[in-house]
Amino acid sequence: MATKTIFSEVKNSLGFWAILAVFGILVLGGALAFFYMEHHGHYVTGMNNQIVWGMPHVFAIFLIVAASGAANVASVGTVFGKKIYQPLGRLSAFMAASLLLGGLAVLVLDLGRPDRLIIAMTHYNFKSIFAWNIILYNGFLAILVVYLWTMMDRRKIAKALYKPVGYANFIWRVILTSGTGSIFGFLVARQYYDAAIMAPLFIAASYVFGTAIYSLFLLISFKLTGRELGDTVLNRLRYTLAIFIAAVLFFETIRHLTNLYATEHHGVEEFILASGSTFTKLFWYGQILLGSLLPMFLIWCRFLRNSRLALALAAVLAILGGLIQIYVILIGGQAYPLVLFPNAEVSSSFYEGVINSYSATLPEYMLGIGGVGLALAMVLVGIKVLRLLPVSLADSVVDPHHKKA
Amino acid sequence: MSNINTYRRKFLSGLTKVSASAATIALAPGVFLRDVHAKPADQPVSSDVRWGLLIDTNKLADGGEACVQACKKEHGWGNEERSNPEQKAQWIRKVTVTEKLTKHTVTLPVMCQHCDTPPCVDVCPTGASFKRADGIVLVDKHICIGCRYCMMACPYKARSFVHEELEDQLPDTPRGKGTVESCNMCVNRVDDGKNPACVDAAPQALLFGDLNDPESKISKVLKQYGGTQIRADLGLNTGVRYWGI
Repeated sequence: MATKTIFSEVKNSLGFWAILAVFGILVLGGALAFFYMEHHGHYVTGMNNQIVWGMPHVFAIFLIVAASGAANVASVGTVFGKKIYQPLGRLSAFMAASLLLGGLAVLVLDLGRPDRLIIAMTHYNFKSIFAWNIILYNGFLAILVVYLWTMMDRRKIAKALYKPVGYANFIWRVILTSGTGSIFGFLVARQYYDAAIMAPLFIAASYVFGTAIYSLFLLISFKLTGRELGDTVLNRLRYTLAIFIAAVLFFETIRHLTNLYATEHHGVEEFILASGSTFTKLFWYGQILLGSLLPMFLIWCRFLRNSRLALALAAVLAILGGLIQIYVILIGGQAYPLVLFPNAEVSSSFYEGVINSYSATLPEYMLGIGGVGLALAMVLVGIKVLRLLPVSLADSVVDPHHKKA
Repeated sequence: MSNINTYRRKFLSGLTKVSASAATIALAPGVFLRDVHAKPADQPVSSDVRWGLLIDTNKLADGGEACVQACKKEHGWGNEERSNPEQKAQWIRKVTVTEKLTKHTVTLPVMCQHCDTPPCVDVCPTGASFKRADGIVLVDKHICIGCRYCMMACPYKARSFVHEELEDQLPDTPRGKGTVESCNMCVNRVDDGKNPACVDAAPQALLFGDLNDPESKISKVLKQYGGTQIRADLGLNTGVRYWGI
């Protein structure tokens, strides 16, 4: 581990408190939305018996997947021994825990019976991937806490555990994100899900979301706290982001091609890819063009080399593209009707055979964004009270060749 | 001589049985007497029994509307005041199916198919969605956390989520805000030795009975004529079978 790196808390400033207050307001908004939805029931939302998971789940799944990816920055330093990443590890692990908690909060607060959380923790059906995920998420949090300790404590025992815990964290993350992807992969009845590829797709997506959020946070926090940030670190993150965007595109291509080959999936693929529906536009313009191709261009265009603005923009676009990707998978997959009778036109009072409509209401947005606010507020509190941020990530400080010598 | 007589006797009695059962199905299906017996209240549900339903769509002149109304009355769903139509519960509904090529149209009631290996039970994190030993699939309202994963998993769109506070629920049908519900094969009536409400509403077309008992009417007619499962490709071995689809 990079022992020479000096870390420090963020100093008191009006700016810090102002930013924290903004996120605090988002959390408050989320809390209000929760109480409103909990008090009245889900009839005040846009969700219904067709679209059973809505906007809160888009944010929750995005945050949970991003959490796994945010921890990857630390993993690259520990598991793959890249010394340049090691000073980034503390923030990475802390951010991962925060994003996870933010996502889980949204997920839990959207339950029909959030008061029964204790039941979810005490009654397990071990065939359910959801039940496994509850264990995986809790375990991930526990590992992250220990991992953070191995990075922050100077005692020998902590140093000795750094590698093993880092490995455990890495392996746990692979299983965890596979589990999140398999929430969809294991749904045998839905035309748009029910595919093993959902697990690796979510793993690749987690790297995109996590790296994008991490890069953006690093850029802004170093700028605002007047810390030096060299191009060496930023370029590592920059190219990691682009490569994983390419990986997501690869998995998406294979997923759709496989579906397009099977006649039974033609209907849903036509609906998502070519029907001209909202989802078609979101998929092509949102996820593919703005969320994938444009960030890759911003990163790999030689005229934008070392451009921080380009990286920041690429990260923002990747985050928005990621949210859109989850939206298209989650809502699009539910909007397409279940096929009970192939090759037939069906109708019923229960919206059989029709494309289901969904428009999220304000409380749903507020709850989802409240989760984002909670995650970021926790990271802000973290960098204020813990030594998570390196004092400097200037090229001269982080040069890996210098460290190796 | 005795050999011939025995043969004749067997042949004739066989013929009589076959024609009698065929006639019962074809001419007077309403005279089906219920061949199920109530389980004593102090005994646990047994896996020796597997309750099942056979629905003959050809005999449902109203497409199953009477079944829907009887179910509503029995369980009290569908009157949610604040929920919009897309949010209101529907435990059973009439589905009209027109085959694209032949234009052949059938209307049938669809509800929980009481799968042998129900996807809703597999995915439920707490075990609230469960299958009773006698094959009835239902939700334990006390441990349902309202995650709606079962609704995502059900191939038959059988489940509904309660989107609002309910009052004056019927005593035999526990329902509540924030939990998921679906057809429970009128478990309250079955345990009392009665037919499910939909069966009594359309006795000419619906037959309820024990699929595990080879001597039950439902087993006999299914053995003889078969019965179609919706989405049989999923291999869920449903407890609800259809004729005419």
